[in-house]
Amino acid sequence: MTRFNDQLGAFDHAAELRGDNYLTHSRGLMSWLFTLDHKRIGVMYLVGILGSFFLGGVMALLIRTELIAEGQTILPAIGDKTWEDTYNQVFTLHGAIMVFLFIIPGIPAALGNFILPIMLGAKDVAFPKLNLTSWWLYMFGAVFAVYAIVSGGLDTGWTFYTPYSTAQIQGSDVYYAMQGVIPITAGAFILGFSSILTGVNFIATIHMLRPPGMTWFKMPLFLWGLYATAIIQILATPVLGITLLLLIVERAGLIIVFDPAKGGDPVLYQHFFWFYSHPAVYIMILPAMGVISEMISTHSHKHIFGYKFIAFSSVAIALLGFLVWGHHMFTSGQSVMASAIFSLLTFFVAIPSAIKVFNWLATMYKGSISVNAPMLWAMSFIWVFSIGGLTGLFLGALSTDIHLHDTYFVVAHFHYVMVGGTVFALLGGLLHWWPKITGKLYHQGAAIWAWVVIFIGFNLTFFVQFMLGAKGMPRRYAHLTADALAELGIAEANLLYLKVGNAISSFGAYIQAIGFFMFAGVLAYSMFRGRRSPANPWGGASLEWQTPSPPPHHNFETTPIAHDPYDFDGIEYDEEIDGYVRTQPADS
Amino acid sequence: MSDTTAQPANDHGHDPHLAHHFDTPQQQFTSGKIGMWAFLVTEILMFSGLFLLYAVYRANHYDMFVVGSAFLDTNLGALNTVVLLLSSFTMAWAVRTAQLGKRNATVVLLALTLLGAAGFMGIKYMEYSHKLHLGVGPGNFFDPSDEVILPEPEPSGIIEEEPTRELREVAQAAESNSDSDPAAIEEEPRTTLPQPHRAEPGISAEARYHSFAEYTHTTAHASTHGEHHVPQFRRERLMSARPFFSIYFGMTGLHGIHVLVGMGLITWLLIRAARGTFGPQYYTPVDFVGLYWHLVDLIWIFLFPLLYLIH
Amino acid sequence: MSDDNHSHPTVGHVVSLKVLIVVILALLALTWLTVFVADPAFDLGRTGNVVLALGIALAKAGLVAMYFMHLRYDNPLNGLFLIAALLFVVIFLGITISDVSEYQPDLREAEQAQQAAP
Repeated sequence: MTRFNDQLGAFDHAAELRGDNYLTHSRGLMSWLFTLDHKRIGVMYLVGILGSFFLGGVMALLIRTELIAEGQTILPAIGDKTWEDTYNQVFTLHGAIMVFLFIIPGIPAALGNFILPIMLGAKDVAFPKLNLTSWWLYMFGAVFAVYAIVSGGLDTGWTFYTPYSTAQIQGSDVYYAMQGVIPITAGAFILGFSSILTGVNFIATIHMLRPPGMTWFKMPLFLWGLYATAIIQILATPVLGITLLLLIVERAGLIIVFDPAKGGDPVLYQHFFWFYSHPAVYIMILPAMGVISEMISTHSHKHIFGYKFIAFSSVAIALLGFLVWGHHMFTSGQSVMASAIFSLLTFFVAIPSAIKVFNWLATMYKGSISVNAPMLWAMSFIWVFSIGGLTGLFLGALSTDIHLHDTYFVVAHFHYVMVGGTVFALLGGLLHWWPKITGKLYHQGAAIWAWVVIFIGFNLTFFVQFMLGAKGMPRRYAHLTADALAELGIAEANLLYLKVGNAISSFGAYIQAIGFFMFAGVLAYSMFRGRRSPANPWGGASLEWQTPSPPPHHNFETTPIAHDPYDFDGIEYDEEIDGYVRTQPADS
Repeated sequence: MSDTTAQPANDHGHDPHLAHHFDTPQQQFTSGKIGMWAFLVTEILMFSGLFLLYAVYRANHYDMFVVGSAFLDTNLGALNTVVLLLSSFTMAWAVRTAQLGKRNATVVLLALTLLGAAGFMGIKYMEYSHKLHLGVGPGNFFDPSDEVILPEPEPSGIIEEEPTRELREVAQAAESNSDSDPAAIEEEPRTTLPQPHRAEPGISAEARYHSFAEYTHTTAHASTHGEHHVPQFRRERLMSARPFFSIYFGMTGLHGIHVLVGMGLITWLLIRAARGTFGPQYYTPVDFVGLYWHLVDLIWIFLFPLLYLIH
Repeated sequence: MSDDNHSHPTVGHVVSLKVLIVVILALLALTWLTVFVADPAFDLGRTGNVVLALGIALAKAGLVAMYFMHLRYDNPLNGLFLIAALLFVVIFLGITISDVSEYQPDLREAEQAQQAAP
C-alpha cells in the first residue's frame, strides 16, 4: 500500500527505531520534576488527578456505606465530636477533593497539556516554565488539602458557607466549623492559581502557536473547548481567589463582612462564591465536550457535523455561564426579582449544549462506526450527559427548584453531568490517547467490560437518587430520624422507599468501584505488557496522529502543514502495521 | 502536496533570547504580551470582589462611609496618588530607556520608581498606625478608644432627634457588652438583631440634619484640619460603621501587598539593569513588570476617590 | 549587551518622552481636579458625586492604559482583554448590587418580626 507521507520529517523513522521518545529522552526523577516538556507535565498531572480521584472515591464509598442502612453504620465518632460530625467531614472532603483536586484541573491539565501543542503541530505550549509552575502549584495545593483532612477536619460542605465557616472557636460563637477551614481554603486558593496559569498559557498558545494555514476554524474542536475553558479560568477563578481570601481573613478575625451577627451579609458570600463556582462547572464540562467531538468523529470515521456550531457553542457556553450563578441561591434569601432573572437566563445556557448533542448525533449518522472502548465512553456520554442536562432544567426552573433544592435530586443531577459527563469523557479520552501517550495498546475486550461495569454501577447509583430527591430526601444528612422526617414533610410511609432507594444506590457504588479497579487494571497491564502501538491506531485525522506513538521530545521535526482535522477520506487501514496511514493528500 | 517546508522550528539563528518553541522574536514577544494581559485580567477580577463589597455596603449603609471617611486624611491620600502616578511615569520612562539601551538612565529611573513605591508604603504605614492607635482597625482590632467617642449627645451645630426607645436600648446594650479585651469578639450570640441594622432605622444621615453644611461638620473638621483633630462620633454610630474599616483595610491592604510585590520585582529589575542585561534586543521583563506596576497604579486611581473623597 | 547603539528595539514600539510627559501632567491635573470637586460646594448628591469621581478616575485610567501601558500602540487583542475584564466586572457588580438592594426590605421585615417576638 502506498503510504503518503504528508508531514515532511514528521516520521522520524530513525528516532522511532532507536526508541527515542519523550519518555526515554532523559532519565531520573529530577528530569521529570523539573521538566519543561508539556508531555511530561501532562503525565505528572495525570498521576495527580487519578490519585485525587481515588482519594475522593474512597470518601464516596464511605458516604454510601454509611447510607446503606439507617442509623450509624460505619463512621466512628472522632474525639469529642459525634459520628454525624464525622459524616459531615466525609462529604465535605469528598466534594472538595473531587472538585478542586480532580475535576477542575482534570482534562485540561492531564489530557490538554499533552495533546494541545501536538494538535497545533507546535513544540510546546507558549510558556513552558509557567506550565511547570502550574504543576508545582497543583502539588502544593494538594498537600494543603490533604493536610486539612488530618489537621483539624472540615465539616462545612465544599461550599464553605458563612457564617458557619467563619465562626471562630473562641469567644461566644456557639456553633463553629472545624479547624481545617483555613488549610483547605488556602489550598484551594493555591490550586486556583494553578488553574489560572494554565488558562493564561492555553490562551497565548492557541492565539499564537497555530501553524501556517491553521486558521481558527481549522483547529480541532478539542482546542475550541480548551480555549473556551481558558477564558473562564482567567475570568472566574480570581473571584474565587478573593472569596477564599476574605473567608480566611474573616475567620482569622481580621475583617468582618460575611457574618450577620457582626453586621455582615452571608448571602453576599454566596454571590461571591457562585460567581466563580457556576462558571467552574463549565470549566469541568467544556474540555470534556471537546474530547467527545474528537472521539465521535474519529471513531465514526466521518467529518464532524456542524463544526462552526460546535465551536461557537463552546464560547457561548463560556460566556452565558457567567450570567446564571444565582440559580444556586434560589432559597438563600436572594430577592425574587434576581431569582426570576437568573432562572430565565439558566434556560438560555442549556441551548448551546443541546446544539452540540445534535451535532454529535448527526456526525455519527451514516458513519462507519468502530464500536471500541473509547467510542462506547463517547456514546454513553451523550446519553448520560443529556439526562443530566435535562434534569438541570427542573432545577433551573424557580418554582420546582424551591422543592428540589438541597435534596438528592440535585446530587443526582450534578453527578450525571460531572461523572457521566466529565469522568466518562476523561476515561474515554484516556483510552483514545493512551496509545499516543504510552506507545502501547490495551486489551479492547477488557476495557469494554470495565465500561459495562462502570456504566451499570453509575446508573444504579445515581438514577435512583433522582427519585429519592423527589421524595424529599435531603442532602448532607447522616441519617433521617422521625423528627427530621416530620420536619421535612416526608410521610412515614415513604421511609421504606428511602431505605430501599439508598440501599440500591450504595450497591451501585460498589459496582462502580469494581469497574474503576478493572479500568485501572486494563491500563496497568497495558503499561507493562501492552503491544506496541502504531502512530495512528484509530484512523484519526488531526496532527497528533501524524507523529509516532509515543512522540519524540520535540513532537515534530519540522512544523507540519495544517489541513482539515476531520478529513478522513484519505486515511486507510494498513494491516501490516495494524494502524492507519494517509493514502491521499488531505483537504486544506 | 507542496514541498515547501515551513521554517524549521529548531533554527535558533543568532538570537540567544529566542526560545526554541517560538519561530520568530515577534511571535515570542506578542505571545508574552498576550499572556501578561491575561494575567492582568485575573488581577482586575480579583480586586473587583473588593469593589463589590464597597459598593453593596455603600448602597445600603451609606452612613458608615460618612463616618469612616472622617478618619481618612484626604491630603495623605492625594499625596499617595501623586507619588504613585509619578512612579508610574518613571516606570514607563524606564521601559523606554531600556528599549533604547540606555543603561544608566534605566537604573536611575527604576530606582526612582522604587523610591516612589517606598514612599507610598511609608505614608500608608503612617495612616494605618494612626487608625490602630485610635482603635478603628479591621475585624477584631476594632475597639474604638475613648478619644473617638462622643461623651455627650451632640457636638455644636448639629441637630438630632431624641433617641428613640430602640436606640436607647441599643446604647444600653452596647455599654453592657463592651469588654476590655480588644482581641475578643464584640457581641455575644443574640436573639435580637445586631446594631448595624438598627442604628440607621431607614432614615438617611442627611435627613437628620438641617443643612448639608451641618451634616458635614464632623467630617469637614477632620479632613481640613489634618490628623490633629480627632473625629468623634456617638458610640452606636461608630459601631455600625465597623464594616467600613474592614473594607478600607481589606482594599488598601491587598493593594499594599501588591505594591510590596511590585517593589520586589522592581528591585530584581534594578539589579539586572545595573548588570546591563537589557537593551533593544531584550527588554521584556522591564516591559512586563511595568505593565504590572501600571495596574497597581490603576487600582489606586479608583481606590482613592472611592475611599477618601466622600464627605 | 550594555550600552547598545541600536536605537530601534527588535520588537515593540517605543513611546516618545514627550508623550509620557504630557500624560503625567494630565494625570496630575486630573488628580487635582478630583480633589477639587470633592469639596462640599460641588455636591451633586450621593449618586452624582460617585459618578463624577468615577468619571474622572476613568479618564485617568484611560490615559494610563493607553499610553503608559502601550495599548494605543499594541495589538488590539490586548485592549480587548481589558475591555472584556471590565465587562465581566460590571456584570458581577451590577447583578449582585441590585440583588442585595432588592432584599434589604426582606431583612428589615425579618428584623421587625424578631423584635415583635424575641
